[in-house]
Amino acid sequence: MILTCASSHARAADDVGALIDRFADARNFTQTEEIVQALAATGDPAVIPVLEILSDGDLYYREDDGKVFITADADSRRDLLLIDPLTGEEVGELSKRDLEKIKVNNNLRSSINAALAGMTLMSPDRAVRLSAARSMMDAPSEDNLALIEEALAAEEDGEIEAALRKARAVSILNSDRGIEAKAAAIEDIAAIGGRDAISILLSARGSLDPELQDEVDAAQAKIEKRLAFWDVAQNVWYGLSLGSVLLLAAIGLAITFGVMGVINMAHGEMVMLGAYSTFMVQEVIRTSYPGMFDWSLAIALPVAFLITGAVGLVIERGVIRFLYGRPLETLLATWGVSLILQQAVRTIFGPTNREVGNPSWMSGAFDVGGLVITWSRLWIVVFSLAVFWAC
Amino acid sequence: MAISETTLKDAMLMLIEEQNEKGGLLGKQLEAVVVDPASDWPLFAEKARELIEGDGVSAVFGCWTSVSRKSVLPVFEELNSILFYPVQYEGEESQRNVFYTGAAPNQQAIPAVDYLMENEGVERWVLAGTDYVYPRTTNKVLEAYLKDHGVAEEDIMINYTPFGFSDWQTIVSDIKNFGSEGKKTAVVSTINGDANVPFYKELANQGIEASDIPVVAFSVGEEELAGLDTTPLVGHLAAWNYFQSVDTDANYEFIDAWHAYTGDDTRVTNDPMEAHYIGFNMWVDAVEKAGTTDPDAVIDALVGVAVPNLSGGYSAMMPNHHITKPVLIGEIQDDGQFDIVYETPGLVAGDAWSDYLPDSKNLIADWRAPMSCGNFNVETGQCGGMAAE
Repeated sequence: MILTCASSHARAADDVGALIDRFADARNFTQTEEIVQALAATGDPAVIPVLEILSDGDLYYREDDGKVFITADADSRRDLLLIDPLTGEEVGELSKRDLEKIKVNNNLRSSINAALAGMTLMSPDRAVRLSAARSMMDAPSEDNLALIEEALAAEEDGEIEAALRKARAVSILNSDRGIEAKAAAIEDIAAIGGRDAISILLSARGSLDPELQDEVDAAQAKIEKRLAFWDVAQNVWYGLSLGSVLLLAAIGLAITFGVMGVINMAHGEMVMLGAYSTFMVQEVIRTSYPGMFDWSLAIALPVAFLITGAVGLVIERGVIRFLYGRPLETLLATWGVSLILQQAVRTIFGPTNREVGNPSWMSGAFDVGGLVITWSRLWIVVFSLAVFWAC
Repeated sequence: MAISETTLKDAMLMLIEEQNEKGGLLGKQLEAVVVDPASDWPLFAEKARELIEGDGVSAVFGCWTSVSRKSVLPVFEELNSILFYPVQYEGEESQRNVFYTGAAPNQQAIPAVDYLMENEGVERWVLAGTDYVYPRTTNKVLEAYLKDHGVAEEDIMINYTPFGFSDWQTIVSDIKNFGSEGKKTAVVSTINGDANVPFYKELANQGIEASDIPVVAFSVGEEELAGLDTTPLVGHLAAWNYFQSVDTDANYEFIDAWHAYTGDDTRVTNDPMEAHYIGFNMWVDAVEKAGTTDPDAVIDALVGVAVPNLSGGYSAMMPNHHITKPVLIGEIQDDGQFDIVYETPGLVAGDAWSDYLPDSKNLIADWRAPMSCGNFNVETGQCGGMAAE
């Protein structure tokens, strides 16, 4: 008994291995997709990492014999490290030119997600769960309902929960359950809202019972009203966040004028120097202390302050002090300084854009009701308010 | 000279050096003259005049933006010289003295849209571009093409932004809303240069992934991605006639030669470099065929010349002064390279006058005698159906 069990296990692994090697023969995306479906149908948990790696584009086959491998970066840029897809053992290194990549496109990636959705709905990784929940919503099926219920019970993240509830409601609308269940589903969709909710309702409408049409109309009106409200809120927020950046620049201009009586035409260039100081700090951190990247802005703040302060001091000592009380001349002189600073930066850093990276706490976005707020904007608003208050 | 143009200059110098090592041309060594018009449009015309009259050059390989090309056109016409233009452009032009080795809209934009329709099932379109002649004309062609294919007016959103635009928050949120109304949406981007990075970053920031709303770009290549963190861009697309990742021996040789010439094996190759590679070899062939560098003889000899391209086939110069090339669609990878997901089955011939615009659908260009016309109207049988802009 034990013996047969073990051998059937081995055969299953063989099957999966053979299926994986068939990727090398796939001539187009449709054929690759068939193999993905076949692999997902085995239900073997070992295929999850393989499909995820395929989706990431790190699955290759050897041109000589068509054997499929997971690859990772090797020491040389021209080579890749080969890893057996099932055992995870390192097999050796090979030149990229002797390897052929198993091609994936966005469409295939979506179907991989959908194929894996059932298996990854309980994944510990939030992003994986979210995409699984969304795939469930895109491919509604009564068969998934039990799975969705189970995942819903365990889910704690608000966004994923909303996606799951929507997936459940869509699946119910497309099933042959009773009117009451469907009415509840419509209400559920109306309660969650969102732009896609309207299209879900409209596409389901044709197949719904006539008694439910009024409820669909009511739900649609409710969603539209809420969307209109959040649109206004979103515009107000965008105005605020854009205004806060201008406020930050304006405060500086106002201080120079208030304290020294100088209209500083080079103020924009001082802002630019601050930005380039941040860029320099980030470059140093990137090359020498990559672990400190999240602190880069905090470190850049005093550095930018010192650098722009020093440049400001030089400008004051070198030019402006001779021109106090002559506003027209200072206007002209600072304009000249601005041109000098611009050209200096162009000479040192080149004319192309330089990238100031977002630390992790400034990346991404979160939802407040129907409002999407990006962290970077939120922190800019907080920072400019803090500066405004300090002034 | 901007970074992309500097790369092209280096590529040309490498090609000329290689040709000289092979013994030059017509028994003479080739000599390169480099001028830098510093992205100043009127200066392009002046420098072109200086090159042709002052230095007596046989052919010019250059220009980048459409504005710079338009500004040198009258000079090349007046002084009767030869210009090879290596950048994808908006079409609607064919000039006797110019050879267009970059892509016309039907060699880049149209196949890209076809790919998205067929392979990704896209039904709604955002045409986003920088506000100048190339995006405006390309989007005009695309809009006409999409409407021909049954896309409704309300499923097309067109948006223009200034050069170097960086505050994408509102526009990306509009795109997100536009794309979340149930139909699969894609962005066709003719956004130029520096504005691309903040655009893609804002997309990632607002949680839009390539599998939700793919962006296909016509101005984003290996050079533009070099030195960037491309993780948030993975899966977004670009349409070109060449990618560094093309798997052919000719391409590997070209990359090796490029790395050896620059002494830096992280330098990337890109589509306009291939265009110059093709254009230069065509010019060499035509000069050998004509036995002289006299412009009139070379212009006549160039039509019909076919040389190997880097994607494993031959590119030929058409009578309308555009060339035949394959169209490739690539997805951006996390290492800044492209993974080719689609390739047209055959070569696509560049179309000078778009078939989808009412003003130009009756126009053809044929510079062979006896027609010798850049804008022949097949309906009226007249040359000059529409004044070449």
